[in-house]
Amino acid sequence: MILCRTYLVSQTRMKKDHFIACHECDLIHNLPEVPVGEIARCLRCDSTLYRPRKDSLNRTLALAMAGFILFIIANTFPFIAFKIGAQVRETTLATGIYELYHQNMGPIATLVLVTVVIVPAINLCCLLYIIFPLQLRRVPKFMVPVFRLYLFLKPWGMLEIFMVGIIVSGFKLIKMASLIPGLSLFAFFGLIFVLTTIMVTLDEHLIWEKVDYS
Amino acid sequence: MSDKPSTALNMGMVSCHRCHLLCRRVAAPSLCPRCGTLLQSRKPNSIARTWALVIAAIIFYIPANILPITHTSSFAGVQSDTIMSGVIYFVHSGSWPVALIIFIASVFVPLVKLLILIILMISVQFRWQWRPVDRTRLYRLTEAIGRWSMLDIFVVTILVALVHFGSLANIAAGTGALYFAAVVVITMFAAESFDARLIWDTLEDYDDREN
Repeated sequence: MILCRTYLVSQTRMKKDHFIACHECDLIHNLPEVPVGEIARCLRCDSTLYRPRKDSLNRTLALAMAGFILFIIANTFPFIAFKIGAQVRETTLATGIYELYHQNMGPIATLVLVTVVIVPAINLCCLLYIIFPLQLRRVPKFMVPVFRLYLFLKPWGMLEIFMVGIIVSGFKLIKMASLIPGLSLFAFFGLIFVLTTIMVTLDEHLIWEKVDYS
Repeated sequence: MSDKPSTALNMGMVSCHRCHLLCRRVAAPSLCPRCGTLLQSRKPNSIARTWALVIAAIIFYIPANILPITHTSSFAGVQSDTIMSGVIYFVHSGSWPVALIIFIASVFVPLVKLLILIILMISVQFRWQWRPVDRTRLYRLTEAIGRWSMLDIFVVTILVALVHFGSLANIAAGTGALYFAAVVVITMFAAESFDARLIWDTLEDYDDREN
């Protein structure tokens, strides 16, 4: 495998015109300056080529910092308590995963651990690592591998689905006994808002443009 | 000079999968100068891989729906629930919005996703010219909705964590949950391995034959 340096020259020249191939039908477009609030779409297949975001880095950094704090609260305090008669059972996220593991449901326990705890945590750390220095006008040393990791893990963060899961299981159990919402439930709601908003505010293209590859 | 559409492939270029940088295509395998990803014009063996994953998902889909996903034990005895019986329970208890959510996430979404992928692959293999824009849209849809099937797995996790009262009431995960988790993960990989650009490539071949 070689890193072909010969086409770097033409690549930098191209940057002025900014050619891009649609990643769903491969058609090449000469991307114009797209103002914030508008979407550049492929002429042939109508998929989104580029959609600039307002104040992307600033907003994403703020959200990632908020998300980081919320994540710690959400995972340390019990998110819901369940009461039958005199017995009360509080649960954190970890208890569910632990119980599954002990019922020989290791694969499911791992899947839940990865999609609800590990991936959101790593993704928030990745964003902080990248955007914090960028806002101080410095490019972090491992920006490229870290951002690649972020993009690789992105589809596997499923916290918003977990939230719906909490609501559904609430409906399932409400007839059996009383449910008491815990502190971290509110942190979870906040975290889901933060993570879904990050998906909207983060302009991936902007991050790649910071990479000085020539 | 043929009037082929100016795709990256036809222009001797290749678009990086990860950062979408447009590079010149060279004969030897090379890495994207910006992000270091291996440059490939099309996803390798896209059709074969997607078929393999789709067939695996269909096989797992059967035990996922037949086997129970939860065992609820209480003083009244042990009750095993499959995905469908969970939906029916909510319909009977009057909370049909919840029944609808579970039905859509656990039954409807995986089936629709597998069906769309099968239609897309058949359309590419038989070189259909039918509505490429809409087929690309269908592909985008499968990518977006697939993850929502994880809902039932999360519900099982929360139930198992909460209902743990010794002899009074206990909920344990069933084998069906294991198969269902496998279906979700496999279909996510299947959608990932399909290459939407193949839909458009077959259109060009057709134009060639016409001329």
